Amino acid sequence: MDRPLRLISTNPVDQLARVVEALLVVATAPLSVDDLAQAADDDADRIETALGLLSERYREGRSGIVLERVAGGYAFRAAREASTACARLFERPVERGLSQAALETLAIIAYLGPCSRPEIAKIRGVAADSAVAGLVERGLIAEAGRDEGAGGAVRYRTTALFERVFGLESAAALPRLEEIGETAVEIRERLHSVAVGKTA
Amino acid sequence: MGVTAVRELELDLDAFEGPFDLLLTLVLKEELEPSEVDVAGIVVAFVERLSARDELDLEACGEFLVLIAALLELKARSLFPDEEAELSELEPEEAAEELARRLAEYRRMKEAAGWLAERLAAERDRYFRVGPAPLAPRPERRLAPQDPERLAAALRALAQPAPEVALTHMGLRFPPVSQFLSRFRALLARRRRFDFDAEVGDLPRVEQAVAFLALLELRKSDEIQLEQAAPFAPIRVLRHDDEREASWIVRSA
Repeated sequence: MDRPLRLISTNPVDQLARVVEALLVVATAPLSVDDLAQAADDDADRIETALGLLSERYREGRSGIVLERVAGGYAFRAAREASTACARLFERPVERGLSQAALETLAIIAYLGPCSRPEIAKIRGVAADSAVAGLVERGLIAEAGRDEGAGGAVRYRTTALFERVFGLESAAALPRLEEIGETAVEIRERLHSVAVGKTA
Repeated sequence: MGVTAVRELELDLDAFEGPFDLLLTLVLKEELEPSEVDVAGIVVAFVERLSARDELDLEACGEFLVLIAALLELKARSLFPDEEAELSELEPEEAAEELARRLAEYRRMKEAAGWLAERLAAERDRYFRVGPAPLAPRPERRLAPQDPERLAAALRALAQPAPEVALTHMGLRFPPVSQFLSRFRALLARRRRFDFDAEVGDLPRVEQAVAFLALLELRKSDEIQLEQAAPFAPIRVLRHDDEREASWIVRSA
């Protein structure tokens, strides 16, 4: 059986862990190791050690609060086993109404961003205005400068909330593009086989 | 399925729901952006309708091809207005390559969107707090170390009685303009011209100013003429001589 929560100790790392724990409770967005080190006025290595202690203490199955590594930092969330109860009281952010168009637009921005609406329209073959507006409203993407030149189109990038909602440690946690979808060569072959089949 | 059936083809797309001919009407009236129309969706609906029948209705297919090609062209033009020239320069082989490249890119993004959708479904039991971040504390403004002596000196300086305001200019007495008027008139009775600076040069500055006012008065009443070769050059005062002027006019006439 796991020990009950006990953070009373003279071990300095335990003391630091309590400070880190407190910071994470107040935060509404993931805090990076640097953020924590600065706030706790301690060095990054010791913060990592403290986070290790906390991760063990706040893990699935042991605590109703789970410490997770997400969106380039650390954050508390509810344990998955409490999700049914949570769902009765709260709605997950951006849970509803992510259409196929919105997901495709989000994928393009996540992989190719920062990119502008004309660039998205070029890939999808459909205007992206309403999809982009919806994603901005949900906080999944945000403006990130403009294309070069006068009157350049606004570019968009994904936000930390995007990584958090999709449970990604960082943007690098997305699967590599080469691993999904057909390549140009494969599509070309398929087009050829269809053409050959028709004339035969 | 006849030609009318093509136009009545029921569609259920993201941007539009209803018969095909209504969609065409809306696009032609510019009430629906061609770029918003999912052409592939229309083709799928048509092919499904076609496959439900045994016979191939050539007339209906021809009609459909013409309409869908026109719709595609409208959509392509509205999506890529600048690319017309760029694409028309491509050889058929290159155009096919470009098409395959773009299709592959779109296909990859579609797969990526599918991956995101799966991920979202898998993470739906993760609940966390979102909201605006608590405000960062305002940096405390600290004063540099201070010397108490400097503070005392500053207070001493404030305690000094203010210097008395000079009132000497209140007692200034201006001689009347009329005094200079009569003086200049008397002068001009004796001499036809005089030098203003030479005449008042010895007087205090205030009196010089009053003398100048008198000069302006005389000029206004046309009793004198004034000459000055250049700015700040000596002012020469001439008696206004009507007779002399008249003789000039006679002589020049």
